[in-house]
Amino acid sequence: MKVFSWKLIVIAAVLLTAVIFVIPTLRPGTWPHKKINLGLDLQGGMQLVLGVDTEKAVSSTLERVLQDIQEEARIDRIRSVSLTQTGFDRIAVTVSGDDNISRFSALVKKEFPEVEERERTLSGGEMKMLLVYPDREIARIRTMSVEQALETIRNRIDQFGVSEPDIRIQGDEQIMIQLPGIQDTQRAKELIGKTALLEFRLVDEGRDPRSGSIPPGSEILYGTEEDPGSRRSAKTSYMVKKRAALTGAYLTDARVQMDTQYNRPYVSITFDKKGARIFERVTGENINKRLAIVLDGTVHSAPTINDRIAGGSAMITGQFTMEEASDLAIVLRAGALPAPVDILEERTVGPSLGTDSIRMGLLSMGVGGALIVLFMAIYYKISGLMADLALVLNILLIAGGLALLGATLTMPGIAGIILTIGMAIDANVLIFERIREELRQGKPLRTAVDRGYEIATRTILDANLTSLIVAVVLFQFGTGPIKGFAVTLTLGLVASVFTALVVTRTIFDFWLTYRKPRTISI
Amino acid sequence: MQLIKPGTNIDFIGKRKIAFVVSIILIAISLGSIFFHKGLRYGIDFAGGTLVQVQFSGPVTVDQIRKGLAPVGLESSSVQRMGYVEENEFLIRADTLNANIESLSEKLELHLSEATGVSADVRKLDMVGPQVGHDLRGKALLAIFYSLLFITVYISGRFEQQWIKSGVVVAIIIGSVYALSLLGVSIPYLMLAATIVSLFAFWFFGFNYSMGAIICQMHDVIVVVGVFSLCGKEFTLPVVAALLTVVGYSLNDTIIIFDRIRENIRKYHKEPMVVILNRSVNDTLSRTILTSGSTLFVVLAMFFLGGSIIHDFSFALIIGVVVGTISSIYVAAPIMMLCQPRRK
Repeated sequence: MKVFSWKLIVIAAVLLTAVIFVIPTLRPGTWPHKKINLGLDLQGGMQLVLGVDTEKAVSSTLERVLQDIQEEARIDRIRSVSLTQTGFDRIAVTVSGDDNISRFSALVKKEFPEVEERERTLSGGEMKMLLVYPDREIARIRTMSVEQALETIRNRIDQFGVSEPDIRIQGDEQIMIQLPGIQDTQRAKELIGKTALLEFRLVDEGRDPRSGSIPPGSEILYGTEEDPGSRRSAKTSYMVKKRAALTGAYLTDARVQMDTQYNRPYVSITFDKKGARIFERVTGENINKRLAIVLDGTVHSAPTINDRIAGGSAMITGQFTMEEASDLAIVLRAGALPAPVDILEERTVGPSLGTDSIRMGLLSMGVGGALIVLFMAIYYKISGLMADLALVLNILLIAGGLALLGATLTMPGIAGIILTIGMAIDANVLIFERIREELRQGKPLRTAVDRGYEIATRTILDANLTSLIVAVVLFQFGTGPIKGFAVTLTLGLVASVFTALVVTRTIFDFWLTYRKPRTISI
Repeated sequence: MQLIKPGTNIDFIGKRKIAFVVSIILIAISLGSIFFHKGLRYGIDFAGGTLVQVQFSGPVTVDQIRKGLAPVGLESSSVQRMGYVEENEFLIRADTLNANIESLSEKLELHLSEATGVSADVRKLDMVGPQVGHDLRGKALLAIFYSLLFITVYISGRFEQQWIKSGVVVAIIIGSVYALSLLGVSIPYLMLAATIVSLFAFWFFGFNYSMGAIICQMHDVIVVVGVFSLCGKEFTLPVVAALLTVVGYSLNDTIIIFDRIRENIRKYHKEPMVVILNRSVNDTLSRTILTSGSTLFVVLAMFFLGGSIIHDFSFALIIGVVVGTISSIYVAAPIMMLCQPRRK
C-alpha cells in the first residue's frame, strides 16, 4: 500500500509537469511561458554560418601597433627608423645609428610589451630585427575578435528587429545565426556581413592619384562622386593617407536625417568627447584640405574642410535609399566588426514549406500511431490498451520535455517522435511476451506478472541505454536539425522506459491487488 | 492472439553458412558500388554547393527551368522533380557556390517565371561552402565511429562483466587513434585503423559479444550506405542521422537476443551453443516480429506521407530496420558463437 502511494505521487507529479509545460504551446500566453520552439525548417527563416577572418583581425591590430610605434618614435625624436609589416603577425624593423638603436629598443620594451623581438642582427651601425606577436597574443586576439564580432552582430540584429534570433559561436572561428521568420534575406545578409569600418582620412593633396607614384603612408581609394544637381555619378579615385585621423570607434550615435534641399536621406553621426576633440583638432589643422569619409575601403565623400568643426558631429552623404540609410545608421551605431566575415553557409526556408512539413509530419504521425494503437489492442487485448495508454503518455511527456528544455522542434525531430512511437511499444512487447511465457509455464498470475517485469526490466534498460549512447553522440555531432532529432529521440527513450516500467507496472499492480483477478487479458 | 506458437523451433543458426554468403555478397555489392561510383554521392551538406527547391503554379518542363537558370549562371545544375507531378515542385542543385549573387532568391523567381510562363516560388535555398562540407564529413565519420566504440565498450562491460578489460580496450583504441592522428593520417584511414585495432583487441581479450555486435553494426552501416550508392541517392546530414539511428535500432535488437542467449546459457549449460542460440532466437522471435513490424510500419508511413524533407531519411530507416533485424539473427549471434573462447 505504501509503495503504491509514493509511486502514484511520482507518476502524478511527472504527468502534471508535462501537462503544465504543454499548455503554453497550445494556448500562447499562459504560465509557465515556455513554448516548444519550431525550427527554421518548420517556420521558415534564414540560417547563416559566418567565418570570421581572424587573421585579418590580428593583422589590423598589428598595423595599429606599427602606427603607434611610428608615432612614439616621432615624438621621442628617434630618427632613421623604418617599419614594414611583412606578415600578418610580424613587423620588420631597420634602425641605424647607435643612439637611435638603444633608444628605440628601450621604447619598444617599455611601451609595447605585447610584441616580441626576434632575429636581431647588428652590422655597421644598422640594426635589423623582427617584432612578432607571440602565439598566446595571437590566440587572444583571435578569440576576442570572434566574441566581439558576435556581440556586434547581435547588436545589429536587435536593432533591426527580429524576434527570437539565435546567435552563437560555433567551433573556433565561426558564428551561427538563425533568424526565424525573416523575409528580406538579402537585406539581413548585408546588415550582418558589413564590416562597417568608418574612417576619416585626410586626402593627400597636391598628388594626382592618376600619376602612378604613391608616396609611402598614402594609398589610392575609390568612390562614386555624384553631382547633386544633375544626379549623374562617376567613379573617382582619391589619394588618401593610410592612417585614419578618426574612426567610428569614437561614435556615440548615428541617425537618418532628410536633406530637404535634394530630398534624400543622409546619416548624421555624433562623436563622444574624445572623438569630438580629435575631430576639432584635425579640422582646425587642415583647413582648406579635404577629409575623406571612408566606409569599408570605399570613399563615400571627401568634403573640403572650410573651418574648424567643434561640437563633434558630422554627416555621411551619398546615394542612399531610405532603407540603405537606416541600415547604415544601424551598423554604425552597433559598431564595426573587428574583422571581415565570409558567409560559409546559408539556408533559407520559405514559410509555405514549413507549414507543409508540419502538416505532413502530423499526418504520418497520426496514421502510424493509430494503426499501432489498433494493432496492440487486437494483439494484447486489455493489456494492449494499457500499452496504448503508455504510448499516448509518451507523446505527452516528449512534448512536455521539449517545452521544459526550451528545445527546438525540427522536421527530423518530428521524425524522431514518429520513430519513438514505433520503438516505444518495444518495452511493453518485451514485458507482455515475458508474462505470457511465465503463464505458459503454469505460474500463478501474480508471480507471472512480477517475474515478467523483473526479467524484462534488465533487457529494456540494456537496450535503451545503448540507444541513448547513440542519441548523445548524435547530439554532440549535430547541427540544427540533427540536434532536434537527437533531443526528441532521447526524450522518447527516457519517456518510454518510464511509462513502461513505472506507469503500466503500477496499473497492473493496482489491478492485481484490488480486483484479485484469476485470469489476465493479454 | 499469437503470431508465433510457443515451442516453435525454426533452425535459424543452422542456415548460418547461407546467411554468411548472402551477407558477404551484399557487402561486396555495396563496397563495389561505392568504388564504381568513385565514392559516395554527397549532398550539399557534405560537398558544398547550392540547392534550391522551387514550386511552380502550373506545369513546366525541365528545359524551361534550365532556360530560366541561365541568367543566374546555374544552367549546368541538375534539375529534378520532387514528389507528385501535380505538385510542380523541383529541386535544383549546383556544385558551385553563388553566394556572391545578390538576392539570388528574388532573381531566380523572376527568371524562372519569365522562362516558364507560370509563377515560381522559391521555397528553400541552401548554400554551403566547401570548407563547411569538408568539416562536416569528418565530423560525421567521427560520430559513427564514436557511437560504435561506446556501444561495444558498454556491451563488453555489461555482457562479459569485465569493465576493467574493456577500459583497457578503450585506452588502446583511443591511444592508437591519437598516435596516428599525430602522424597526420586523414580521418577515413584513421577510422579504418581504429576499426582493425578494435577488432583485434576484442579477439585478443575474447570479447565475443562485442565482436558480434560491432561486426553486425558495421554490416548494417555498409549495406545501408551501399543501397544508397546503388540507388544513386544523395548522402546528406539527415541520412547520417538515420544511419546512427539504424545502428541504435539494430543494436537494440542484438542486445535483446544476446540477453536471451546469456540467460539460456545459464539455464541449459549442457546443450551445444548452436541449440542455445536457436532457442534464444526463437524465444525472442515474436517480440522481434512485433517490434520490427511496428517500427517498419511507422517508418513506411513517414516515407509515403512525410513529405520531401524526410524522404531519404525514412528510406534509410526502412532499409536499416529490415537489415538490422535480420543481421541481429544472422550476423551478430553466429559471429558471437564463432568467436567464443573455448568452454572449460
